This record gives sequence, structure tokens and C-alpha cells, in this order.
Amino acid sequence: MSSLAPTQSVSATDAPSLLIRGLRKAFADVKAVNGIDLEVRRGECFGLLGPNGAGKTTTIEICEGLTEPDAGTVELLGLNWKSGASELRQRIGIQLQETQFPDKLTVEETLRLFRSFFRHGLSVDESIRTAQLEEKRGARIGGLSGGQKQRLAMATALVGDPELLFLDEPTTGLDPQARRHLWDLVEGLKQAGRTIILTTHYMDEAERLCDRVAIMDHGRVIALGTPQQLIATVGGEDIVEFAVSAKDGARMPEALLEPARLTAIPGVQSHRVDEALHQLSVSELHTAVPRIIAAVEEQGLHLSEFRTHSATLEDVFVRLTGRKLRDE
Amino acid sequence: MNRLEYSSLYQLTRVRFMMVWREPEAVFWIFIFPILLAVGLGIAFRNRPPDVLPVGATSMQLTQALAADSDLRATQMNEVAGKHALATGDILLLVVEQAGGVDYEYDNTNPDARTARLLADRAVQVAAGQQETVQSRNQLVHETGSRYIDFVVPGLLGMNLMGSAIWGLGFAIVEARQKKLLKRMVASPMPRWQYLASFLLSRLILLVIEVVAFLGFAGLVFGVPFRGSLLELAFLCVLTSVAFSALGLLISSRARTMEAASGLMNLVMLPMWILSGVFFSASRFPAVIQPFVRALPLTAANEAFRANMLQGVGLNHLMQQVAILLAWLVAPFLVSLRIFRWR
Repeated sequence: MSSLAPTQSVSATDAPSLLIRGLRKAFADVKAVNGIDLEVRRGECFGLLGPNGAGKTTTIEICEGLTEPDAGTVELLGLNWKSGASELRQRIGIQLQETQFPDKLTVEETLRLFRSFFRHGLSVDESIRTAQLEEKRGARIGGLSGGQKQRLAMATALVGDPELLFLDEPTTGLDPQARRHLWDLVEGLKQAGRTIILTTHYMDEAERLCDRVAIMDHGRVIALGTPQQLIATVGGEDIVEFAVSAKDGARMPEALLEPARLTAIPGVQSHRVDEALHQLSVSELHTAVPRIIAAVEEQGLHLSEFRTHSATLEDVFVRLTGRKLRDE
Repeated sequence: MNRLEYSSLYQLTRVRFMMVWREPEAVFWIFIFPILLAVGLGIAFRNRPPDVLPVGATSMQLTQALAADSDLRATQMNEVAGKHALATGDILLLVVEQAGGVDYEYDNTNPDARTARLLADRAVQVAAGQQETVQSRNQLVHETGSRYIDFVVPGLLGMNLMGSAIWGLGFAIVEARQKKLLKRMVASPMPRWQYLASFLLSRLILLVIEVVAFLGFAGLVFGVPFRGSLLELAFLCVLTSVAFSALGLLISSRARTMEAASGLMNLVMLPMWILSGVFFSASRFPAVIQPFVRALPLTAANEAFRANMLQGVGLNHLMQQVAILLAWLVAPFLVSLRIFRWR
């Protein structure tokens, strides 16, 4: 695995791998990116998390030099696209959304082709091994599964041994097993010290892979931090969700349950109602739950649903926007 | 991996070539189809002994007189039956005996009927005692190079070079754009000119196979002549193919979908299939549109191929055609470099 470490010497060790200032981009009258500042450090795995249409892909494609921003500056590895484009192309690796490689070519031929574009890089064998495509080396791309195609796309991004790797929605459309396989791959790359910037609309993916996450919505960054920091902003480590009904079984209007009685319970940090489903963020789950149940019964109501889960980035997004990540 | 393996131009060309080679449809249209077409046309227009023309006559004497000419097959019939046979095409000419002479009934827009009229009249006059005033003899000539197959093979060559260049380049580029592969390529450090150059290079490799297979077949099976310099013919093939590749590049430089591209291709190629003298001579079109017809790249290519193969004309006498092809190479290439859409 040592071959995976970037071979280029780290010159200014503290210089950020990516520096974005005041980035804006509009398509027709849609403000896809509406004023973004970001900094990604060397060796970091940085995630852009947000629903479809939040501006993640536009942001990452501006960083990749594929889209011109309307305003703002982008600096990668201390270079910019105006003066250092050909140097940058050699030093970054890119995996785009929905690239379809030619069906008639084999995995090996495709990687040989992409390897030939770079002055330095991994050998084709190494890139095949890294993407765990050894068994498919001679297979036509047309016969690969979705996960294998995605790993090939990753291999074409890695074959130039990049200092900075961009992955745009690497697991979208994959089945759970293929996603986990790809996650293992990304974790291997992280351990080898690569700087990775990825976009995703899966919160579990961002939580598992990213050192830091920027949550995006409507072209802006609405939260930035480590997944733990962001989850801590929800106020409790756990989320309790329940629905109530009258004793005769009919669902009750939420107004019948007094929110103040719930938030008065020690450990309950906040309360919100979404489609008759009450959501509490709770810090002391073991003592709070019996009191929540008691409070509901005291009001003469019956619990029709009750569940708890650990707070996730999804809950962070819900708290910030009032919407769910995958609503759109 | 050796040095060549690391050359991006080599890899791009190789990959391009493999993609065509692994597409069974492409192999059929490029290599098999022109040969099948040549076979079909060769059979349809094969040289047969001169046709014996069926004619009818209303009297025994006339019928015998006509039968004396071996190029006519005469049948005796009454006038009513004769008119019916004429109408249904069973006979080309009906000779009706009249007081003091004969009437010829035939369709003067049908060349065979006119020939029958001439032959029949001569037979009737000779039977009536007419003497030839000028002694004449026939010397029969069947020369290769003047048959229809000789005419059509250079035309098919030009049409095939046009189709494979425009389809080959156009569809491949638009498909790559549609599948976001173009975008992925320019996101890598690949030099953009090499991507376009790889299409031309792989085209040239295919061209050798394609032209040698087709012309070899035409030469061996039909005896189509090669009277001009083969080297100059090769040059003309390369020039034609590269010029049509530039046109294909232009057609595909902005199209986002296969449907749009294939509409454009047909729009460009259809007039040339008709006007440029593939199956019949382009000089048949009215003089008004001749300047337009002669400025088309396929007309220039077909004229040059025919002059080289059939008449053995040297390249120095084909400068007009070469200049037209060069213009069609340079102008579309420059325009498409400017307007090409990489994503």
C-alpha cells in the first residue's frame, strides 16, 4: 500500500490543498453557488454534503477547472486554473458523476489510456490492485457491475498518483454492498495520506468517511465542522421519535400534547413535530425515555409509535433547514 | 510497458481502433457492405449478349422479312392482338401492312423500341429489294473500362470513404459527449489536439484495410482496371478520407444527441449521394446547378478516382479536384476547432 502515498514532496506543509474564497456561479437565473468560502487541509478527507441541487457538483466542478466561476477565487495546491492549468491537471485526480466509459474497452485498456496522459503515476497493475479489479482486468466495461464501473472510475482518477483527489457522488446508485466496498477503498486511500474531496447526499457516507463536512443547501454552506461537532449542535446524542393517538386509536392533533411538558423533562434538548411525528433530541436517553412515556400517559394519550436512534448528520440538516436531506 | 505504451497519442489511436474493430455493425458497414453492393450491381448490370427485340407483324410476308434479321424475334398477329401485345410490353413494335406500305406502331421514348423500328425498317426495305449504297462491316468491341461496373466502382469507393469517415467520426464523438466521456477526458491532462488527431490516425489505419479489400475485390472479381498510378490513387483515398473526417468533425462539433447528429449527417450526405455521380454521371444534372455539383467534395473525389482508375490520368491533371478536396479539409477543420464543444 506504500505506493499509494503521494510521491510529490510536500513543500509548504501547512498550505491548504484547496482554498475557496467568495465563490459564485449562476446558471440562467438559478444561483447554483451563492458565496462559498472553504479551506481543505492536506491529508484531509473533506465532504460536501447536501441534497440534490444544493450546488455540490457545481462547486466541485469549479474546483476541477471544468466550470468557470462568475466570481471568487479557487486555489489548489497553491496554484490556480488561470496560470497553472496544465500543472494542476497532472497533480489532481478526478472522478466525475455519471461518466460512461466505452463498453467495448477492457478495464486494463482504459487504465493504460488514462495512465498515458500523466507524466508520473501508478503502474496500471497498481491501479487495478488498488481498485480491487484484478479479476476484471481483461473484462469489457460493458460487462461490469455498477460498483465495478465506479471502482474503475476511481482507478482512472488514481492512476496519475494525484496529490488531491475529487470524488463526485462516488456511491450514488450503488447497492449497499457495493457502497461498503467503495467506502473501504476510500478509507484505504485516507490511511495512505491522500487529500480527498468528495460530494455525497448520503449522510452516513459523510459521517463514516469524512474528517470534516460542509453541509450545503441552496448554493451556500450552512454548517461546517467534523461530523461529531455538527451532530453535537443538534443538542443531544440521541433522537426520540413518537406519535400519539387517543385511547380509541384515532391519531390526535399534535396541539393536544403540550410541548412545554416534554421540554421540561431533564435531558430533552428540543422538540419539533413533523407530520404528526414528534421528534425530541435527548442527551440522557436512559433517564429521559421513562419520563417521556409517563408524560404522554399523564395527558390521557396513547403511544402509537415509539423509536430512538443516535443523532446523525441527517438530524443536523433537518434542524438547520426543517427539511429532510432526501426530500428533493 | 515500453515507451510507446506511455504515448498518449498511441494509446488514444489504439483505443479508437479497437472500439471500431469490436463493433460488428461498423465492420459490416465499412468492409462488407460496399463489397455486397458491388456484387449486386455487378450482377444487375453484367454484360449480356445484345438483346433480341420482340416485334409483331400483321402479315406472313412481313413476319418472314423481319425474321431475317437475327436481332429481331418476329411474331405474326392480327392488329387487335398486336395492339394489346404492344400495350402490355410483350412486343416493342407492331408492323401493320397498309395499301402501298407499312405503318410502324411503337413508343418513341423507349430506346429499345426505336432500335426495333430501325432494324425492322431496314429488314422491310431489304426484303423489298433495297440495295446498300455504302458497303459497311461491323467490328465488335467489348472493352473493360467502359462497362457500368467500371463506372460504378470508383463511385462506390468515394461513397464508402465519405460514409465511413462521417459516420465513424460523428457518432463516436457525439456518443462520447453524450456519455460524458469527453468531459472526463478533458478533466485529465490529455492534450486535446491528440484526441482529435487519434480519430484521423485510426481512420487512416482502417482506410488501408477498407480500400484494399474493396478495390482488390473489384479488380479480381470484375476485372475493374487500374490504369493510373496506384501511389496517386492511395494519395487520393487518403485526401478524400481526411477531408470527409474534417466534415464529420464539423457535424459533430456541437451536437449533444445521436438523433441531432444523425439528422445532420443525412442532411450533409444525402445531396452528395444523389448529385455527386456515384451511380450515374453527375453531368446529367442541368447546367445551372453544375457549379454547385462540381464543388461538392464527393463529386471531386469521384471524378478523381475515375480519371485515375479508368483513364490513367496523372495527379498533375487533377489539381482542380485536389484543390476542392483540400478546401473541404481545411475549412471545416478550422471551424470545428473553434466551435467544438468538449462537454
